[in-house]
Amino acid sequence: MSDFLLNWLINIPGFAAPFALAALGLIITERAGVLNLGAEGFMLVGALAGVGAMLNGSAPLLALGGSVVAGMLLGLLFAVMVASLRINHVISGLALVFFAQALVSFIASAERWNNKAIAGLEPVFLGQDVVIFAVPLLTLAVLWLLNKTRFGLSLRAVGENPGAADAAGIDVTAMRFAAIVIGAGLIGLAGGYLTVAVARIWVDTVVGGRGWIAIALVIFARWHPWRAVLGAVLFGCIEALIPRIAATGADVPRYFLQMTPYLATLGVMIWAALRGSDRWAQPAALGQHHIREERD
Amino acid sequence: MTDTLTLSSVSKSFGGFRALDTVDFVARAGEVHALLGENGAGKSTLMNIACGLYAPDEGHVAIDGKTVRISGARDAAARGIGMVHQHFKLVPAFSVLENIMLFNPGRSPAEVAGKAQDLARQMGFEISLSDKAGTLGVAEQQRIEILKVLVAGARIIILDEPTAVLSPEEGRMLMGLVRKLAEAGSAVILVTHKLHEALHHSDRITVMRGGRKISETTPEGMDPASLTTLIVGEQIIEKPQLSKAVGPIEVELENVTLGGEAGRKGLVDVSFRVRRGEIYGVAGVSGNGQNELSAAIMGLSFPSSGRIGMNGLGDVSKRGPGYRRRHGLGCIPVDRYSHGLAGRISVTDNYAVNGAMAGAYGGWGFFKRGLAQAAAREAVAAYDVQGVRSLGQRAGLLSGGNAQKLVIAREFEGAPRVVLAHSPSRGLDVRAGAAVHERLRAARDRGAAVILISDDLDEIMLLSDRIGVLNSGRLTREFKAPAERGDIGAAMVSHE
Ligand SMILES: Nc1ncnc2c1ncn2[C@@H]1O[C@H](COP(=O)(O)OP(=O)(O)OP(=O)(O)O)[C@@H](O)[C@H]1O
Ligand SMILES: [Mg+2]
Repeated sequence: MSDFLLNWLINIPGFAAPFALAALGLIITERAGVLNLGAEGFMLVGALAGVGAMLNGSAPLLALGGSVVAGMLLGLLFAVMVASLRINHVISGLALVFFAQALVSFIASAERWNNKAIAGLEPVFLGQDVVIFAVPLLTLAVLWLLNKTRFGLSLRAVGENPGAADAAGIDVTAMRFAAIVIGAGLIGLAGGYLTVAVARIWVDTVVGGRGWIAIALVIFARWHPWRAVLGAVLFGCIEALIPRIAATGADVPRYFLQMTPYLATLGVMIWAALRGSDRWAQPAALGQHHIREERD
Repeated sequence: MTDTLTLSSVSKSFGGFRALDTVDFVARAGEVHALLGENGAGKSTLMNIACGLYAPDEGHVAIDGKTVRISGARDAAARGIGMVHQHFKLVPAFSVLENIMLFNPGRSPAEVAGKAQDLARQMGFEISLSDKAGTLGVAEQQRIEILKVLVAGARIIILDEPTAVLSPEEGRMLMGLVRKLAEAGSAVILVTHKLHEALHHSDRITVMRGGRKISETTPEGMDPASLTTLIVGEQIIEKPQLSKAVGPIEVELENVTLGGEAGRKGLVDVSFRVRRGEIYGVAGVSGNGQNELSAAIMGLSFPSSGRIGMNGLGDVSKRGPGYRRRHGLGCIPVDRYSHGLAGRISVTDNYAVNGAMAGAYGGWGFFKRGLAQAAAREAVAAYDVQGVRSLGQRAGLLSGGNAQKLVIAREFEGAPRVVLAHSPSRGLDVRAGAAVHERLRAARDRGAAVILISDDLDEIMLLSDRIGVLNSGRLTREFKAPAERGDIGAAMVSHE
């Protein structure tokens, strides 16, 4: 039993980290008022870029850098769509996911990257790798960026009331552009971590809906970084538990176990909605466009 | 005296509609310059150009005699121009300090806080910098807006209809503040519909009509009548006309009690009756339960105790707005943007929602757009809604006053037997205001029971057959018209 526990505990951070990184990226984007349903897509390209880099002989950390860049590139596309062309956020996000799914399958099969084991990121301390230790620091950095800097103040203003931000001389389009690209980089990193540190292999389903869970997590966290990390740990616990339970041979249907993260997501969303007292949590202009000289 | 801000031959079109046509405007340091004009005359548009938010199609802007190209709000602020918009530009979720910081980038919080406190003290008001802007009342929000531009060092200060949302007392205080600013050497531009503000608190008056500048004068030798003639091109004099035939009781409030929003008083034991063919005016300083009263009558919130009776229906206090509307309630809410109109949908659709719900444009499933459009076209003409280029145009594009007229047209369409009007002429020009009053009287004369809630005592005196005074959530006095203005005023502010 203690073996089981230890094994479980050691594995939690690795499962939690991708959720935490993706949620942080989403928070940055959404606090600027951009509804980002494209998380799954950003994770997919980040994941594939990580595998591709590793298979081409790069060091793991460098491969993760590649994931960030891949996420940011797809982020640029998303930013052009929603910030510059002002296409509906929901539609753009969904289209992006479908596009990314097709794109990664295509590249992976063309390059023959499927099912090839890669070396991966090694633990440095307590069985954890550097990214795990970077997550709390990144969370602090995001908090500082949002709450303590002029950039953060402007970013939040754009997410709360773009008309007011515009009247205060803030370039709404540029702020949203920046928020999307930075956020997409973090979500790309989350995807890269999945392949480079956790799965260490590419299959088309490697991201497996974690982008969607991250979106629910952000709602659960009411757009607050620490709560998002807490939620990520919670989901990490569940995910880390699934293979352990299966390994004990306990008679729990496999598909039931695989359903639990989604069940938890629903539960958490309903709980967050019922609690609903935190009025100021959701960015007021989430998903809204702002066009100067146009009244609304 | 130097010409601080000069706009020369400025023109601006929105999608083929000429909102401004070669307008000249000059604001001088040390002066309060009032800008008047009908709804849709182009006042806000002109000021948005002056503060760099809109770009002019033609003409140019000069500061201290030098032509400048203002590239945006930040640029305008750097040049000393600050504008307090007709619809506030605050971030509700931000603290007061954060809102001020947003407008004053590149300064430390401590510096901004110190300066804001200093200025507030000089202007004679208290602020708490850590309060969330969204929790403040409108008068306080407006002070934050003014502080915002003052902290930025504005010396050209534009106020777009600043007193439209203020109580008379708050309005007086603001006028005092405006004078102080001018005396300190600022050029103040005051956009307003209130004639007395232009006549008593300004040094110069510019009047616009239909996108053009009609005249520029000084208040000396002007009176309300001559100013009205300048603004709308005709004499408008309103006189009270009492009801000729009062019928049976149509609406009855009995001991209605309702908790207020955070920090407000709500309603306590409010009772009054309104008969057919009668206008019942509810007077009071705003913030004394007016919002709660109108919400209770509209059905937007349910009283915690007491009953609201409607003739033939019994107690409707727990019925929703849909039920009350179907049974003859028409409402002109105070906040026409959130309760009155859906800004993103078309003029026709906004007009037709009531009728469509009642089945006037086809039954379930079919919406006879042709019928709805014809009805909307008629209403736009009958109620003189200006600035409607096409019926498919988004309602949000209408100027503030014209949006109000559209709401009134819709609410009066089904000949309601009970009419609730909450500050119906707020933000309207003299002519539109008089037209609304005429509609209310016409509704009464055909037998409707009209409830008029207004913090404008003149409006109450002009229209009401009976007057109730709302004070701290209670209906403290009732008067029968004609009543003494002084008595009502005293009841509004007494602390019994
Ligand atoms: N952004 C815009 N897009 C389209 N039309 C506009 C826009 N802004 C103003 N207009 C139109 O230009 C005209 C002038 O509008 P403006 O808001 O300047 O009037 P106003 O004088 O401020 O009126 P009010 O007293 O009602 O506030 C109106 O007919 C309005 O519908
Ligand atoms: Mg205006």
